[in-house]
Amino acid sequence: MCAVIGVACGGSTGGSGSVLSGTISVFAAASLTDSFKALGTAFQAEHSGTTVQLNFAGSPTLVTQIEQGAAADVFASADTSNMDKLKTDGFTAGDAKVFAHNKLAIVVAAGNPKGINSLADLAKPGVIYISAAPTVPAGKYALQILAKAGVNVTPKSLETDVKSVVSKIRLGEADAGIVYTTDVTAAGSKVQGVTIPDNVNVVATYPVAEVKGTKNANLASAFIAYVLSADGQAKLQSFGFLAG
Amino acid sequence: MSLEAAVRLTLGSLALDMELRLDEGEVVAMLGPNGAGKTTMLRAIAGLVPLSAGGVTLDGRVLEDTGAGVYVPTEERPIGVVFQDYLLFPHLSVLDNVAFGVRARGGSAAVAREKAAAWLERVGLAAYAGSKPQTLSGGQRQRVALARALAPDPRLLLLDEPLAALDVTTRAEVRRDLKRHLASFPGLRLLVTHDPLEAVALADRLVVIEHGRLVQTGTPAEVTGQPRSQYVADLVGVNLLRGQADHGSVRLAEGAVIAAAAAESGEVFAVIHPRAVALHRQRPDGSPRNVWPGRVGSVELASGRVRVRVEGPVSLVAEVTPGAVKELGLDEGSQVWLAFKSTEVGVYPA
Amino acid sequence: MRAERVPVGIAILAAIGAAFFILPLLGLLIRSPWGDALTALTAAETVEALKLSLVASVSATALGLVFGVPLAWVFARLEFPGRDLLRALTTLPMVLPPVVGGIALLLAFGRRGLVGSWLDSAFGFTLPFTTVGVVMAEAFVAMPFLIITVEAGLRSMDRRYEEAARALGARRWRVLTQVTLPLIGPSLFAGAVLCWARALGEFGATITFAGNFPGVTQTMPLAVYLLLETNQEASYILSLVLLLVSLAVLVALRHRWLGSA
Repeated sequence: MCAVIGVACGGSTGGSGSVLSGTISVFAAASLTDSFKALGTAFQAEHSGTTVQLNFAGSPTLVTQIEQGAAADVFASADTSNMDKLKTDGFTAGDAKVFAHNKLAIVVAAGNPKGINSLADLAKPGVIYISAAPTVPAGKYALQILAKAGVNVTPKSLETDVKSVVSKIRLGEADAGIVYTTDVTAAGSKVQGVTIPDNVNVVATYPVAEVKGTKNANLASAFIAYVLSADGQAKLQSFGFLAG
Repeated sequence: MSLEAAVRLTLGSLALDMELRLDEGEVVAMLGPNGAGKTTMLRAIAGLVPLSAGGVTLDGRVLEDTGAGVYVPTEERPIGVVFQDYLLFPHLSVLDNVAFGVRARGGSAAVAREKAAAWLERVGLAAYAGSKPQTLSGGQRQRVALARALAPDPRLLLLDEPLAALDVTTRAEVRRDLKRHLASFPGLRLLVTHDPLEAVALADRLVVIEHGRLVQTGTPAEVTGQPRSQYVADLVGVNLLRGQADHGSVRLAEGAVIAAAAAESGEVFAVIHPRAVALHRQRPDGSPRNVWPGRVGSVELASGRVRVRVEGPVSLVAEVTPGAVKELGLDEGSQVWLAFKSTEVGVYPA
Repeated sequence: MRAERVPVGIAILAAIGAAFFILPLLGLLIRSPWGDALTALTAAETVEALKLSLVASVSATALGLVFGVPLAWVFARLEFPGRDLLRALTTLPMVLPPVVGGIALLLAFGRRGLVGSWLDSAFGFTLPFTTVGVVMAEAFVAMPFLIITVEAGLRSMDRRYEEAARALGARRWRVLTQVTLPLIGPSLFAGAVLCWARALGEFGATITFAGNFPGVTQTMPLAVYLLLETNQEASYILSLVLLLVSLAVLVALRHRWLGSA
């Protein structure tokens, strides 16, 4: 992958010539919040004089923003269909690369007070289940998982991104939601996860691509390369993501 | 049936301290300059202003008594009030305005409407029953306000400057109507005015208020015949002096002694009509006992006569013809002598 | 009567200011796919969102009248320690970011909130994710408009009419209902309409406190936001509907709101 990009990778300081500088704007899916913040900080530390600005939201929201003219340099999506839409509409430069995978899990409040141990328990009376909206990858995956498992439950709310689902569980407003395993880890001690069996689970594919018309192509591709590098991958995996 | 009110209160810069008694059969007008406290007195009787000391009793029923801690709120007093600006409810028709008090006091809608219609008939405005008050003329609104206050059959009718909002031409006509309605009202009647003409035309008894205190009370004839304050003297248009009388002479506060053909002694008022004051350029001879030098302060034309104010040991207003002014060459600052007969000085105890 | 000549500087600035407001509306008007308008407007989800928006905003306004008018009366007529602070608190939602309002509502009325937790344990009833929750979120942000409008009306009315009513024998309730409230009718009306318009457009507090579900909590603004991601052009049409409704309301109120009656 590094060879394809053609930029030095593996942690050295831009050895092949041009010194990196400037600012890029990275639009990343909400589920990448903590991991990409860490990646951004590390990248800036390695390449002083550069700034990585991060914008997190539901993937479809980011696609809309970019298509309406928001100045993004890099787009990291939580599924391939959102990336495909951006590509079909002509907003990407070059090919998209898969940099991580993720699985989903049920998130509940710490201590699991409602005793939810399986997908079927989501349909128990008195359980408030919420999900991301179907247009958001996490919401789409949730529907797929529930269909595969044959569980019939209607969410009480369709949130605009997966982090909102986690927030409401943490606040105690809802009892359970289907989010990424990485979200469960990131949310800390106030929540805990319930595993979804692999046979019904969905593996989310996260692609990243350079946005067409970026003002700093060098820096954009350097950042993408970093995400794909061994260092970047290690960081992602430390947050719970699966290898890209 | 009577009203007894002893009111002591302070409102802003006004310190009101007076007693008033109203009897059946007499229309009483409170007269006084602006700010004297007459409207405040009316409002205190109505219960709209709290008393700091005193009480109000109507027909033997105590409406307010600061000593005993009794206070009957305005809405429970059997009164009717005609306000200076009438305050007819703009969102209600004329009929509903007049019916308001009857309904408020417990009448059914039908009874209230009936009574209101009857009253509108009495004041000659039946044709305007469905109109809004804003579409009526000033005089018409005044009549509606009166009908509204009387429809609930109050025991006491209070009128605050009832004609003040009208222009001069309408005023005379409305005043005649008002006198008629007041005469036919069986309850107690108290009105407030700053217009002496209104007071004299409508009232059987005048109560003169100045600076929050009662200064004089009596029939219009008594009050105008024997003014007891500069205010009334000015209203009537006479000269008023005050001093110590002693068998035919009165020593004024300023020091001068005037001759008065009267047997009074003690503290007195002395009243001299401006017509009785003659002006001369030189010291005159002749019978008048009172001859005083002075300097012309102001010269004013008033309905065909000229009023000349003279300042001196005895300051008076003299009324002369325009011809005389010209002849004498009178102007501000001119030195003159004024003269008046001792028989022209009215004296009465202060 | 000669018209006053406009100073050039003022004319230019005013024109720019006007363009600032006109252009977005023009943009919507021009870019909306008028051909698909009917389909977009009659789609089941749209109709549901519209119905819910109307029901919720009218309910929020009713709440606003029931609780806001007494509050306005207290602020206009009474003096007591802490009055100014209380008045500031009830006006706060006007300047607070709606999402912050939503969070505050959660902390008070959410399942673990101060009052909400009692509701849950005593009745098993929770407010988030319900239409009642939507009404509460809308009332929270919109009621202040009603309160300040009605308070202004009460302060500026001629109180002597109340004295006249009392002198005619009217007790407090009659004075309030038959004299005071009718006299401030225009303010009541303007306040209610402003409250309704604000409630109709509410987003942040609604989605945070009540959530988003078609037919239950998905009001028009939420529907538009989500539609933006799936069917942009349909979202333009819906946005236009909301914009035109609000515009119509403001135009109808221009005399009452701008030149106090």
